Order: sequence, then structure tokens, then C-alpha cells
Amino acid sequence: MDPIKILTANIDKPNSTSIDVYREGGGYNALEKALKMKPEEITQAVKDSELRGRGGAGFPTGGKWSFVPKNAPKPTYLLCNADESEPGTFKDRLLIERDPHLLIEGMIISAYAIGSCPMSYIYIRGEFHYGSTVLEKALAEARQRGYLGKNILGSGFNLDITVARGAGAYICGEETGLIESLEGHRGQPRVKPPFPAIIGVFGGPTVVQNVETLTCVPLIISHGAEWFKSFGSPKNTGPKLYCVSGTVRKPGVYEFPMGINLKELIFDHCGGVPEGRKLKAVIPGGASAPMLTPGEIDIPLNFDSLMKAGSMLGSAGIIVLDDSVCIVDAAWRLAKFFAHESCGQCTPCREGTNWMESILDRIERGGGRPGDADNLYDIASNIGSVVDLKESGKSLCALGDASTGPVMSSVRKFRDEYVYHIEHKSCLPGTRRYRRLDAPIAAH
Amino acid sequence: MAELHPDNPYAPDRFPDPEKHVEFPPEAKKKFEWILTRYPNKEAALLPTLHLAQEVWGWISPETVHYIGSLLDLSPATVFGVVSFYNMYNQKPVGKYHLQVCTNLSCMVNRAYDIYDHLCERLRVNPGGTTPDGLYTVVEVECLGSCGTAPVVQVNNDYHENMTVEKMDALLPRLR
Repeated sequence: MDPIKILTANIDKPNSTSIDVYREGGGYNALEKALKMKPEEITQAVKDSELRGRGGAGFPTGGKWSFVPKNAPKPTYLLCNADESEPGTFKDRLLIERDPHLLIEGMIISAYAIGSCPMSYIYIRGEFHYGSTVLEKALAEARQRGYLGKNILGSGFNLDITVARGAGAYICGEETGLIESLEGHRGQPRVKPPFPAIIGVFGGPTVVQNVETLTCVPLIISHGAEWFKSFGSPKNTGPKLYCVSGTVRKPGVYEFPMGINLKELIFDHCGGVPEGRKLKAVIPGGASAPMLTPGEIDIPLNFDSLMKAGSMLGSAGIIVLDDSVCIVDAAWRLAKFFAHESCGQCTPCREGTNWMESILDRIERGGGRPGDADNLYDIASNIGSVVDLKESGKSLCALGDASTGPVMSSVRKFRDEYVYHIEHKSCLPGTRRYRRLDAPIAAH
Repeated sequence: MAELHPDNPYAPDRFPDPEKHVEFPPEAKKKFEWILTRYPNKEAALLPTLHLAQEVWGWISPETVHYIGSLLDLSPATVFGVVSFYNMYNQKPVGKYHLQVCTNLSCMVNRAYDIYDHLCERLRVNPGGTTPDGLYTVVEVECLGSCGTAPVVQVNNDYHENMTVEKMDALLPRLR
């Protein structure tokens, strides 16, 4: 399969962030077309395209929009989730920094379709300072040309967009955490229901969409749902950005029709693992996604086939690990991440993530005890699960479930390595730990 | 928040200092007024206002917490609750250059800990600490969303990608 340039059509153009360059490539034509359509027609087109959310859950976008009640007593909001913080994911940053107008156009069309109030927000993670300045500049250009503001292109539709910066919290990528944060609170997720589509930000119906999802919308309006569906397979449609990182020769963002084969992506397009090494494990969808072994990677990268394989596409953050990596060390690092990012609200996640981290750290330090592997698995299954629906939902939001992905999968698929580590008090020969254990422990 | 340490600016006996008068300079005040126009209520302006305060003073002191609370009609406890939840709000002064090394998985397997340990050793600071001249603070941070160009070190607002120990050594003298 050959790479495509659809979502990334503009990113290599000189001065790609300017509105003039974007206009030359046909930018904002979709908006002109959309504003002549009825909002329901746009929602129907998005439904017909079978576009699924690119943030992680893969929820059908058109379906989400149709949950928004008409004539709700409070204003309806469209929020863009640009809090890209899933380890291994860096596609939204590329779109924001190199083609901000595509996102803005997608937001205006989507806001029109859901009947949004005249203010929309892009919640961008605080660390993306450069991205937020690019967006601010692009928004100013769009206002100047009449694509934002009152009576956009004579349609009677009013909209402005504000860039709201986060302040360093992974949990604010969870949609109700994001809503809480936007309201000026600690980013602690809400109990659902009510779902945001009914009661979201500032009490109004709210649609939260990922950056990449919104950038698909102008394409669907311009080229039609059938064209969009010509990429990928049924229910897994459209162009898709894949982020490849880890121990791989050519890391980066790659665009393919949804469903590129994972093995082909790693070995044919990304150059495989470094010279003299072998592939050991692949995390296919960001830190939360269960690891796959080399025998499991001959698989199309889409929502349904990865779920069937016991993992998930998530945010399409593919982390490649070669045979020099100690799997316990890798699991420890991700467990440490989730322990740090747990918001502290519900018990299974707050306590469990820290237990997993300290047990993994203990094994790394040579203090592993027989039964630790089972212990880890047991703790993880009491926090939740990303793959087993019967086991999920024990914690308040998806972070708890997510935290179990790397731990459960590594214990199940690399149990021998855990056992070796516990018995021999050291990494499996030929693998290494990347941190120094004698280093002082961080003060925060 | 970690337990209260004697030099913790939030220790109860030092909270807040009435002698320290805190107020936004005129430029920042204008920006604050603009922020208020972008949200339907005052409370929602809290995060951007804290970002603004950190731009002005470099950290969020207990006095700043009270000041921002008075601007937005929020209790100091509410404001501090938000400050302590988010990583990016500094609860104590940081160096002129805030060296934030991502050590999450993709950066780790590309030797991020080598850079982190090297920085701590070369600058003779503990993790999270600041050099005595107030020039550098070194911290380990979680994923910065730059895994394709790992390892990444964020210096104040700027990303430095594809870093190595050598590149870090070459960068340091330029940060004075």
C-alpha cells in the first residue's frame, strides 16, 4: 500500500500555515458549500461517511452529533480536543502546527452542523505553546477574511473560536475532564450519564472532537461521503494518520488509507528496527493499547481488527520495541506515567496505578517476589480492562482501564521474562534497562 | 502536592505575606480583561489567568493565589486546588531556563535518561532542583507529544527535538 497525502496535503508547502496558501489549495471552499446546506444534511453526510473519532475511542462522529438535543435550554458547544498527550501520539501536533486552517474550517462546518452557540473552544495542551501561537495567528486571519465572526459568508451563522491552553494533565484529554478544565476546575472527569451531548460545558449540550476527526469534515463535504468511504474498509473508513516511534529506523507521522498492515508499515515504510536487532513488541495505539508480539502484527491497523486481536487502534500511536528493551522496564515506564496522571478521584485507579508502578519498580530493582506477575495481573484486572468489556468500567473514567493495557499484556505475553527477572534479579540477557537505579529520585 | 517542607512557599506560617503586594502590570491587566471576554463566566478564566500570572512572575506564589482569587471571585483554596492539580503551574520559583526532559517510553528507548542524568550531574542539581545561580531547573516530564523526534527536551516554551547528550552540551552555553 502506498502512502497518501490527503490530511497532510498542505503540510510540506512553504508557508503552509498562511490563509493564502490554504486558499490556493481550495481551502474554505468546503465551508462555502456547507453553509449553503442544511445542518442536518451535513450531519447525514458525516454519518454516511462512517467517520469514527480519531482521538481513541473510535465512536461514530455523525452519531455523536445527532445526540445533541435541538432547542436545549442552554447554548450548545463544539470543543476541539487538542490535548494530545497519549504517549506515542504526535499527529494532531503536526496538523495544528502545519495546517491550522484545515482544523479551523472543520470546526466551523461542524459547529454549524450541530447548531453551536457563537463561541467554540480549542483545548490545546499547555506544552504546545508554539501550536497555540500558530492557531491564534490563523484564527486572526480567518476573522479578517470573514470566515469567523458575525454572519459568516452571509449565511447568518455566527461563530468565533478561542484557544484555551491546558496546563499539563493527561486526564484533560478525557472529554469530561477537558470540560471540567475548560470551566476552570481541576480536570477530574465527571460521572456519566449525563453524557456531554446532553449536559456538557457550562451546562449546555457539548460535542468534543479530536483534531484529526475535525480535519476530516471539510474533506467529506468537498468530495462526498462515498469518496471518503473509498479509503479503508466498511466501518473503518477514511484517510488516517499513523504515528510511529520507539526503536525504529524512520519514525514519524505516516498517512495511509485506514487499515494499512502493521507489519508492512513497520518494515516496508519505517525501515524496521535498527541493524542487528529483532522486533520484540509493538504497542499499536498509544500507551493504553495492549502490546502485540511479532507474531501478531500481520494485521490491518483499524478499529475493529485491533479490537478483535485484543488490543486497540486508540490514537494510532505505534511504539516499536526491539529485542534490546527489557519488557519489565517498558511496562514500568508506562505504569509510572499512569500513576502520575491518575486524577486521584476514584480508588481503583488512584491506588492501583501506584501499586502497579511500585511492584514493577521493585522487580526492576531486583526485589521481585514469586507471584508478582500474577499479583500485577490481579491488580490490573481490579482497575479495569481495555479489551474485556466485562472487566472494564470499574474506575470512573477510561484512564483506569487504559493503565492496565501495557501491564496486563506484557505479563500475559512476556511472562517468561517477568519470571526470569524475579528469579535472577536482573534483566533478561541481551536486554537492558534505560534508567540508572542509583539516580536520585525526583523531588516531585 | 508533596508534604510541606520547611522551604515550601506554601507552608502555613508563610501563607500569604501581606507585605508582598501583587498586582498585574498594565499590559497584563489588558490581557486579563480580554481573557474575561472569551468565557461565559469568570471562573472559566482561571487557567488562562494563571498562565498569564506565570508569564509575569515565573511562578504562582501564595500571594498570587490570593490576588487571582480576588480578581475572579474565587476562594484562595479553589485557586490553589487548581494550581496544585496541573503540572505546568510552578509552585516555587524555577530557573531562568526550565529544562524539561521527557522520559516516557519512546524517549526512554532513545536514551532520554542519559540526557537527564547528564544534566543533573553537569549542573549539580537534584532532579527537580534549581542551580544556585537561578539559571537552570532540571525536571523529568511526561510525554510531550514529540515521540517521532525523540528524545525531546523542552526549554521554557521551546521544543528541542532529536536530542543527544552532545547536543545538550552544545545548547547549554547558549542558554545564559
